[in-house]
Amino acid sequence: MDVVSQLQRQFLDFTTSLYREGFLDDQFVQLQKLQDESNPEFVIEVVSLFFEDSEKLLNNLSTALQQHIVDYKQVDALVHQFKGSSSSIGAQRVKNVCVSFRNYCEEKNVEGCFRCLQQVKHEYHLVKSRLDALFKLEQQILAAGGSVPMIA
Amino acid sequence: MAISTESEFHVLAVDDSIIDRKLIERLLKTSSYQVTTVDSGSKALQFLGFHEDEESNQNRPSVSPMIHREVQVNLIITDYCMPGMTGYDLLKKIKESSSLRNIPVVIMSSENVPSRINRCLEEGAEEFFLKPVRLSDVNKLKPHMMKAKAKDHQEPAKQGPEGSETPEIQSVQPQQTPAQSSNKRKAMEEGISQERTRPRYSGLAVI
Repeated sequence: MDVVSQLQRQFLDFTTSLYREGFLDDQFVQLQKLQDESNPEFVIEVVSLFFEDSEKLLNNLSTALQQHIVDYKQVDALVHQFKGSSSSIGAQRVKNVCVSFRNYCEEKNVEGCFRCLQQVKHEYHLVKSRLDALFKLEQQILAAGGSVPMIA
Repeated sequence: MAISTESEFHVLAVDDSIIDRKLIERLLKTSSYQVTTVDSGSKALQFLGFHEDEESNQNRPSVSPMIHREVQVNLIITDYCMPGMTGYDLLKKIKESSSLRNIPVVIMSSENVPSRINRCLEEGAEEFFLKPVRLSDVNKLKPHMMKAKAKDHQEPAKQGPEGSETPEIQSVQPQQTPAQSSNKRKAMEEGISQERTRPRYSGLAVI
């Protein structure tokens, strides 16, 4: 198998696993459908915005939960934002943690919130490293003169 | 930049999330609409040339009347949950305005709350989309814009050079042509974009 085919195989296997393991959901497929020759970088641009936004959100969440008197409305607003952005790019596991996180906010359960913060940070880093790897694979395929296979 | 002589619809998208703005912009441009995105309800009203009768919030009052005449917005799509002015507040302001009330408004929300949906529809929203918004949702927009244009054509319309689409209500057609870039225009957007549309028959009911 030549280099391009190998890379393409790798890419397909990796992508399939991301969906199977729930890191990504159908919304990510929708994003890819919106990418074309006139906007060849669309997915990577949106995902980059998501990464930037998420780092800020996570910092703000840490700060908010470290206050003596936790402002649950503020925490909830931040989690709501995170839930929205992760949902918009198809980061399913991150989104799911946000759902639980909001429940703990409603209950004003500070321990539950802390646990969720750790969990959401963890899930965020997992999906980020996987998406970084995915984009890297894409670049390798393109650099080798191949085209990136699409998952319908 | 090639200027298309086809009639095009101009959609104003309002969302405080930069990710969602990028997404909705792409969805709308894929459907061949001109797009302006803003990050708040107040900026949306500013862009629309909205004037409060009491205190004016306009920073550049001398420019506003000009913007009002040139800018043509055929539909407003707005997020519901925004800090400050919510999408619902924006909807109300638009429907209360004699100059803006004929512009169709669509609400987007990540939360499926029936009472919220009903309230928006009762206030005059044409559609309520659950996020994440998809191409199939955006395909529902055209009939509303066509209808609004038809309503505004009480007098004979000034047609564009190619005698573009007649203002009749068409059934929803699939707009997905992701491979086509020839008739797409790159709309400027960054915060408030001063998108200048060509002067032609107005989609806004200016009173």
